[in-house]
Amino acid sequence: MATEILMPALSPTMEEGTLAKWLVKEGDSVKSGDILAEIETDKATMEFEAVDEGILGKILVAEGSQGVKVNTPIAVLVEEGESVDAAPAPKAEAPAEAPPAEARAEAPAAPAQAAAPAPAPVADLSPDWPEGTPMKTMTVREALREAMEEEMNRDETVFLMGEEVGEYQGAYKISQGLLDKFGPRRVVDTPISEIGFAGIGTGAAMAGLRPIVEFMTFNFAMQAIDHIINSAAKTLYMSGGQMGCPIVFRGPNGAAARVAAQHSQDYAAWYAQIPGLKVVMPYSAADAKGLLKQAIRDPNPVIFLENEILYGRSFEVPDLEDFTIPFGKAKIVRPGRDVTLVSFGIGMVHALEAAEKLASEGIEAEVIDLRTLRPIDYATLIESVKRTNRCVTVEEGFPVASIGNHLSAHIMENAFDYLDAPVINCTGKDVPMPYAANLEKHALITSDEVVAAVKKVTYR
Amino acid sequence: MVRKPAARQSTSNVSKDELLKYYRDMLLIRRFEEKAGQLYGMGLIGGFCHLYIGQEAVVVGLEAAAKEGDKRITSYRDHGHMLACGMEARGVMAELTGRIGGYSKGKGGSMHMFSREKHFYGGHGIVAAQVPLGAGLAFADKYLGNDNVTFVYFGDGASNQGQVYETYNMAELWELPVVFVIENNQYAMGTSMKRSTKSTTLFGRGEAFGIKGEQVDGMDVLAVKAAGEKAVAHCRAGKGPYILEVMTYRYRGHSMSDPAKYRTREEVQKMRDERDAIEHVRELLLTGKHASEEDLKAIDKEIKDIVNDSAEFAKESPEPPLEELWTDIYAGEVPQGGAEQNA
Repeated sequence: MATEILMPALSPTMEEGTLAKWLVKEGDSVKSGDILAEIETDKATMEFEAVDEGILGKILVAEGSQGVKVNTPIAVLVEEGESVDAAPAPKAEAPAEAPPAEARAEAPAAPAQAAAPAPAPVADLSPDWPEGTPMKTMTVREALREAMEEEMNRDETVFLMGEEVGEYQGAYKISQGLLDKFGPRRVVDTPISEIGFAGIGTGAAMAGLRPIVEFMTFNFAMQAIDHIINSAAKTLYMSGGQMGCPIVFRGPNGAAARVAAQHSQDYAAWYAQIPGLKVVMPYSAADAKGLLKQAIRDPNPVIFLENEILYGRSFEVPDLEDFTIPFGKAKIVRPGRDVTLVSFGIGMVHALEAAEKLASEGIEAEVIDLRTLRPIDYATLIESVKRTNRCVTVEEGFPVASIGNHLSAHIMENAFDYLDAPVINCTGKDVPMPYAANLEKHALITSDEVVAAVKKVTYR
Repeated sequence: MVRKPAARQSTSNVSKDELLKYYRDMLLIRRFEEKAGQLYGMGLIGGFCHLYIGQEAVVVGLEAAAKEGDKRITSYRDHGHMLACGMEARGVMAELTGRIGGYSKGKGGSMHMFSREKHFYGGHGIVAAQVPLGAGLAFADKYLGNDNVTFVYFGDGASNQGQVYETYNMAELWELPVVFVIENNQYAMGTSMKRSTKSTTLFGRGEAFGIKGEQVDGMDVLAVKAAGEKAVAHCRAGKGPYILEVMTYRYRGHSMSDPAKYRTREEVQKMRDERDAIEHVRELLLTGKHASEEDLKAIDKEIKDIVNDSAEFAKESPEPPLEELWTDIYAGEVPQGGAEQNA
């Protein structure tokens, strides 16, 4: 049977081209892989190979022809003994742009474009643990260690890997004692190879293990960010749901003290932007424990942003055999009626300090700890803003494209009519972190700046 | 250039059935890729499309050394690997056309396909990212205490990425059961090996980490299989990783839109005429009287039918429904999207 040879598209953007030169002539035998012609695309001159075997019966488009549309028949291939006349009348194959009709006809609108708006989510203000639960005092450091220990006891596939997590007992002592308890199979010291061990951890997760990858600090995770985003976060989607990646990347994030620009950066907004990741940034020890346990059990890649300054702080933690805190559930840490202060992680220190100062001046601030930045509990925030009519966001990160910027936009879209003043974002300054003590102090967010912002939105 | 081996691998221990299987498997890859090139030309396949034509003996030879449970992972030049490990031509081709019948429901495309069932872990678009990921697969097998081996495929181009050497170091340190397969097709996109490194071999770089390796004639499927068996035995014996630098050649450009001006037409033609891996097995079958011209013609037809069927399937399969935009972002959860979050 005769076969038409069609003008090929030879680049992702080519729509037409020049048939520069035929390298075969009518009557020639061709087999697959033979170069038939040279074709000029919008970018280059390409060689065009035969796919089918046969005899070139007729050339339909002469060499030198310009503007030949993709999919135009340019020659006819016949079998031995067959005449060209047997060739079907030229008809181009359906172009790629036209998917099968039924697919288009039945394709429903995306959920986002649905006519009826989804009902507004309702804030979940339930307590994190039952009332009357006995409490114990514990540092964030101890809480994180306990969370890992409990989850490693619970699930054999959970293991910890990273620099100095084993014999050194953790650069910040978060993994203290875990090597003695679980051995080197499950507490794996790595060389200084961030992209390498982030990739190995991600591969192990794809194969069914549940790695906890500790970065000595998240500054060093920039070496590994390709695996966090391109390998861990996107694979489930790219595999059509086949290949998940249950992994936790954790470690201290943000400014410590006097370690200057390369070791002092808050990555909350970077990771919160990525679909496929979950992002957690706890403030208290109870949240650190409950959220880390939840992160280890989650079937998705979780970024768990800790803070060196908070490691040594003590909080009340429920004395329960097992408790977790769900993602996407913010916590109203301090109720108030005059303004909503929304923060997370170390930002909570400044928000709570500011609330205390404001209270002495008769301004009652409601302080919300978001706890997770992907997903974000928008409902609790919006309901609060609807009560207080004013909002100030507080975070340590840089000001441009900050979490606060995003929250402001969300409030504007969903509670515009309730606002009595523009939302103000309190952030770190738009400069690399300086070393000098006085400059560093000015680069960081302070509770005084939060107080000033609140006075501005309350017109005091 | 490929070092010309003194002689092809001995064929004395090879059965007729084995030779026929290699012939069939390599031919399937070649015809499939030619068809993919054609569909690309028709605009049915979009974006980047990297064809495996010329390199078929590498994956077919190594798959012959694998057992059930072994894993494999590769780069974006991945169609051959998928067909060689038993994934369906229909599902691969439909993924290339971006349809719901594809392995990733049309959401991954040419460079991102996976099959849990066949232990194929992708299809990765970032050069060399699959190397630590593959070592991680092997880490999991060692952790779980089974005797599976992982084949990690990457090219001469990827060999110049730093993460390869971080991985070599940890793989040897932890004695991971991984075969690093360097498919040295001599060109990293348009940059020949001699323009990118003064190393004369790539497997030799493993020595710095204590990893054994060797160079293999990648145009000879029997040589690849023999080397693969040796490497796999090393891994299964708990001796850690092994490197195979398989000398091969891609006949087509780096991707469909590569005019390949960095090498001569004669160089390509010479490889095709003198070193073609499929022709090699074809000759062995005919001279060994294992098959007649008619037998091989029948196989050609059978392969052509599979490929044509896959192309038909890939054209008929519908595009994914729009709900698919919002699924598979998070495991174990109802679909969610930014817009819904903002509602």
